[in-house]
Parts: sequence; C-alpha cells; structure tokens
Amino acid sequence: MQNAEAIKPGYPLFNTDEYQQAFARKQVFEEAYGKEKLEEVFHWTTTEAYQALNFQREALTINPAKACQPLGAVLCALGFYKTLPYVHGSQGCVAYFRTYFNRHFREPIAAVSDSMTEDAAVFGGQKNMFEGLENSRVMYQPEMIAVSTTCMAEVIGDDLNAFITNAKKDGRVPMDFPTPFAHTPSFVGSHITGWDNMLEGILRYFTVNAMEGKVVGSNGKLNIVTGFESYLGNFRVIKRMLNEMGVAYTFLSDPEEILDTPADGEFRMYAGGTTQDEIKDAPNAIDTLLLQPWQLPKTKKYIQETWNQPASAINIPMGLSWTDDFLMKVSELTGQPIPESLARERGRLLDMMTDSHTWLHGKRFSVFGDPDFVTGMCQFLMELGAEPLHVLCHNGNKRWAKDITKLLKASPYGQDAEVYAGKDLWHLRSLVFSNKPDFLIGNSYGKFIQRDTLHKGKEHEVPLIRIGFPLFDRHHLHRDTTLGYEGAMHMLKLLVNAVMEKLDQETMTLGETDYAFDLVR
Amino acid sequence: MAMIRQCAIYGKGGIGKSTTTQNLVAGLAAEGKKIMIVGCDPKADSTRLILHAKAQNTIMQMAADAGTVEDLELDEVLKVGYGGIRCVESGGPEPGVGCAGRGVITAINFLEEEGAYEEDLDFVFYDVLGDVVCGGFAMPIRENKAQEIYIVVSGEMMAMYAANNIAKGICKYATSGKVRLAGLICNSRKTDREAELIEALAAKMGTQMIHFVPRDNVVQRAEIRRMTVIEYDPTAKQADEYRELARKIVDNKKFVIPKPLTMDELEELLMEFGILDEEDESIVGKTAAAEATLCAA
Repeated sequence: MQNAEAIKPGYPLFNTDEYQQAFARKQVFEEAYGKEKLEEVFHWTTTEAYQALNFQREALTINPAKACQPLGAVLCALGFYKTLPYVHGSQGCVAYFRTYFNRHFREPIAAVSDSMTEDAAVFGGQKNMFEGLENSRVMYQPEMIAVSTTCMAEVIGDDLNAFITNAKKDGRVPMDFPTPFAHTPSFVGSHITGWDNMLEGILRYFTVNAMEGKVVGSNGKLNIVTGFESYLGNFRVIKRMLNEMGVAYTFLSDPEEILDTPADGEFRMYAGGTTQDEIKDAPNAIDTLLLQPWQLPKTKKYIQETWNQPASAINIPMGLSWTDDFLMKVSELTGQPIPESLARERGRLLDMMTDSHTWLHGKRFSVFGDPDFVTGMCQFLMELGAEPLHVLCHNGNKRWAKDITKLLKASPYGQDAEVYAGKDLWHLRSLVFSNKPDFLIGNSYGKFIQRDTLHKGKEHEVPLIRIGFPLFDRHHLHRDTTLGYEGAMHMLKLLVNAVMEKLDQETMTLGETDYAFDLVR
Repeated sequence: MAMIRQCAIYGKGGIGKSTTTQNLVAGLAAEGKKIMIVGCDPKADSTRLILHAKAQNTIMQMAADAGTVEDLELDEVLKVGYGGIRCVESGGPEPGVGCAGRGVITAINFLEEEGAYEEDLDFVFYDVLGDVVCGGFAMPIRENKAQEIYIVVSGEMMAMYAANNIAKGICKYATSGKVRLAGLICNSRKTDREAELIEALAAKMGTQMIHFVPRDNVVQRAEIRRMTVIEYDPTAKQADEYRELARKIVDNKKFVIPKPLTMDELEELLMEFGILDEEDESIVGKTAAAEATLCAA
C-alpha cells in the first residue's frame, strides 16, 4: 500500500539504493564512458584552450540568454484591458509561452494559438485565422485580440493584415473589433523585439488614422513604456514615484494586475491593463518615456514620427544617478517639482550605499541579461564601487556594445570589464572559468554555471545572484523591484548580503577559519 | 514627401521581365525620375544592366556573411547605377535548399527598417521571379508595398497561362488591400496576331495591354555589354519603344482588380486565335497502335 506522506520526489528518491543500482546496471547498455573520462573532458572544457575553441563557434548556440519574439508579444498584449494574446501559428509555441510565464509569475496565463498544422504550412494559415478569431472572440469574450506570429507562419509568409481584413469581411469578427497585429518571427531578434513590435502594432492600430485633432501635451499626462518588464514591483514603483510628484500618467501596457491576481475564489481571465481609450488619448500626452530604450526602437520611431512627441532620451531608471535623471526629466517635462518624500528616499539609498560600500568595493561581478538591464546594472555596480567583469548580452547589438563599453571605460571601476554582445551562456561559462568573478548576476539559468564552477572545486565556485528573467527556481522574486531608489535599495541588499553569506560560508570551520566568523559585519 | 509609386513586375520565367524592367526604368531615369529597383529573385540578375556588373552583393548573401541581417548597413547592399538608379537585390539560397520566399520577406523588411523607402523617390520597381508561387513572393504586393502590378507576357500559350495565374494571385490581395493590376506588357515573340491576342486577353481580364514591345536584336547587343538599350544606343528605335512604355506607365490611371479567366475561357481564346486546336474527345487516351487498328477496321 502506498503511503501518500512517504512519496519522494526525484531528489532524494534517485539516491536510494534501488535507483542507484538500476543506474549502475543501465551503464552497460548505454555503453557509457567511465567517470574518469567524463572528468577528463569536463576539466578540458574549463581550460583556456577550450575557451578559444568555444569562441570560434559560428552556427551553434548553447544555453541562449534570450527567448523568442512572440513570447515578448504575448507579455505586451497581456498589459491591455480585456485583451487576448493570439498567436498565429503552431500550438506548441503558445504552450511554451504559457508555461514560461506560469513558472516565472506563478499565475495562469491566457493566450491562444490558431493551431497551424501541416496543411496550413502548404496552403497558408488564412483558414486558421478565420476560425481562430471567430472562436476566441465567442469563447473568451475579449474586447481586443492582439495577433502575433510564430516562425511557421513567418516562413511561409502569411500576411496578417490581409488575413485579418479578410476574416472581418467574411463576418468572422465584426469590422470594428480591435485586432492589432505584429509580425514576430522568432528567427529575428528576441523577446524584447517581439514586445516592441507588438506595442508598435497596438499603438498603430488605434492611432495611425486618428491623429486629427491630437495635440501633444493637451491631456497633461506622461506615457510610460516599460518594454519587456518582468518585475511587478517596477510597475508599482514608477507609479508611486509619479503619484508622489503629482504627475498624471498612462502606462502603455500594464500587466501589473493580470500577473498578480489574488486567490479569492474568483478566476480572472482579464484584470486591469491599459484601456483602449487610454491608447487613443496617448498622442495627446506631453511625451512618452521609454524606460528600456535599447528594447524599443520601433515604438520610438512611431511615437516620434506619428505622434510628433520627442520620446525624450533617458537611460533605464536603475541605480542612483539614473533614477535622478529620470525624475528630473519628468519634472522638466511636466513642470512638477520633485517632492521632499523622494528626496528623502534618495538620501536613504545613499545612506545604505555608504553603509555597505566597504563590503562591495572592488568586488567583481559578471552580469548577463537584456541590454537595458545589463547597462543599468553595470551603472549601479559602479556607483557602489563594485566592478563589472564580464558583461554579456545575447540580444544586444553592436551599437549597444559600443555604448556600454564607453560607459564602463569612463569609470575607474569599469576598466577591467569585457563586453560580449551576441554571446550565450556557454561562452560565459568559459569566461568565468578563466577569469573568476566573485559573483554572477543573471536569471535562473546561471545556476548551471554555478554548479559547473563548484564541480571544478570550491575555490572556483561563482555564486549566482538571481536578478533578471526568467526566475523559475525561486519563488516570488518577480514581485521585487529593480528600478528607482527602491529598486536600488533592494538590489543593494541582495548584493551585499550575498557577499556576507559567502564570507560566512568561508569562515565557518570550527577552530580553523572561524576567527573571522563575526556576528557583526 | 510625394507618394512613391511602387510597381511590381511579374511574368513567366524567361519572358524578359528583368530586361524589360531595366530598360523601362532606364527610360524613366532618363526623364529625371528617381527610382529604386528591388530584385526579388535568388538569381540576383535584376540590376546588372543598370550597374554593368555580373551580380551585386545581395542582402541575403551579406546577411549570411555577417551572421545576421541586423548587422547589415544599407550602403553595403544598395548600389547606385545608370541615371542615379538605386539597386538592391534580395538574393536567396542555392537552388534546391532553403526558402527563397522568406529571403524576399527578410530583404524587404530590412529595406523598410533601414529607411530605403524614405529617400526622395518617385518609383520603386520590384522585379519578381516567375510566378506568385508562395507567400514570400507575394511580399511585394502586400499592403504598403507595390500597388501597381505589371505582367510581362507574350503571345505564347504558357506565358498567357502564367499571366492568368498571376492575376489570380493579385485577386487574393486586392480584396483586402490596395494592390491593383495596372496592365500587361507584351514582350513580343513574333507569334501570329500577337498584339491582337494580348489585347483580347487584357480586355477579358478587365485590364489593358499597356504597350507592345517589338523584338529587336539591339536588346541582345546591349545586354552582352551589360547595358540597357537606353544607355547603349539612345537613338535606336527600340529605345523609343522603352521610352514610350515608360511614358505610358507615368500616365497610367487604369488600375483594376483583375478578372482572371477560367481554364475554359482561356482555352477558348487560344483556339479563337488558332494557338490551340479544337479538342477531339475521341482520340484522348488512344495509343498509336490502337489508332492503327481503328483505321484498319
């Protein structure tokens, strides 16, 4: 009889004798190499000779530090009121987007596909689009369907605009039903490109033919565009700061509610989000601030050319001075002064930074993630007196690399930094073996680098500090904040306590290293 | 900025699309029009008469060398030739592999993103391979791209079949967008009553034969020098023909949603002009031996 209380998951189940013996028996059939050979190859992959080979890779990506375009398009669409993200293409892709977000946000994610199969690959996906639009509107009662595409639809060259128009002419959905769209081929760009494309598609749909009578500044608001943003706290902190300043604002895509629904017995397929009226009114704003400008070239172009707003240049409001810049830019644009409450918050952050700087000064961090995050993180590290070492961005382009190199070289703390655009986590693994940082900052996938470095020996271990997207292996980190003074405080806590934690580990041997196992740090 | 007129040239393979396009564009350029040619054919031979080069660096080739199209700059792939004509070739894969259609999509998206269309242009011409075989080759006739389609045709049966098929493809997009058939260009093969036949075909499709380009060896003489007739010998009679075609295109106002013919209608037309014989149902599927026995009986 099975005892429900005694059911073990893979760990520690596989460590029991029964499984260990089974694994040993299997080796014979697998014609597996012995442990010694595995170790030999492992150690070879940690050498500089291997690194040289690794960097000659051309066609192969190992452990990418980016996801695909429609993933970003779905996240963007989720931020609009009663909007159903609809992916024109194959089913498996959308299942992947849903599970990816489920695991990060720990929320159900509503997104549909029109399930293209082999016949659609031959005849084109128009039929799927007809039925898909009709069914999703009837079944899920959205007020907007935001269409993006998977690789399959893109390779065969399906024309979204024609298909959607034809579906409307065929009476599948009413002519005036909002169906913005964006082509999001995954073999171009990454999730941040998809987010940008989808937002541009939505803004275009509602405003491109409705610019008459629009006057920049007439509604007295600021538009905020976050780009691909996976921290709920970041939506909240930007809103709080603007509220404290008395600035009216519109977030163009605001998934704060839908990605954080309460367990109160009611399932919400839709919650919160930017309304259609807010989108239509957005060209009347004073300006649109792009919080992650490296992600948003297409949106920027549209806002400047069609809305005639400046889309004022800012850096991601991460760390002390770039939050200063952000608030001053908001103040300059709206005429609202920066209130005492924010000045006090800034003072507190500065206080924390001075309290901790002795621990962080000269510590070396390798960072990977999306371009604006990496840039902002490096800027903050250098403000703390910490030193960025490997700066890797899989979806960063040449211009980004040039820009961040300039930023790093302008600071005494960035002199040793090496910038890698378009490189993956297998490259990064080589880099941290040959030039060891104190810590690695990035998403959950960085844990495999920590494991591998530990395997080489405790002295080689590079502990991972989890900041980025996705974060699958720790709970609720997506609720944190990385932007504004508040975000800087949070990240500072993570960084400095990681240093203390490591020090404790190293000084915990009784009677040997514990002369430094201090209670007060 | 004035509206750029964007025209796509389709037609059966080997009919002379590229030659006609380049000569006609040279004619327009000679009149001072500012033009860009976008070659949408993996063979990348849509611009050689303008550039006097065998083939230029194609967008897809350059992208493959650079690793990604994102690392390309516009001036690496856009070359300026005779009459200030701006030339780009999409390029594409080797025969038998990959997806040439996707190459066309990628190339056109690249041009759009890099602002190639923002230049001070009067015309953009797309020279598209063969037929509208798949979604990729329809890219030039999607919304916001080419709105005028010209089909190059001759009095040969297969050329007319192809023209009719292309018209079917246009209908797919014309109902949802602004793309229209703007006319048939007859590139003469000296078949019987050719002009009359193409005029009849055009009438049935609801369009016009915009010009009849006679056959002339000067075209070949110019071509082996990698030149258009307009440039090689502007005084040639054939140069007048291309200039005439260019003028007609400038003045063209007849843009229609085509009415493609059914197979029966097309065959009827061909029979009327004696290109196709009346079908004799009694001989269908009969071998020579069977016919011999019948005759003997």
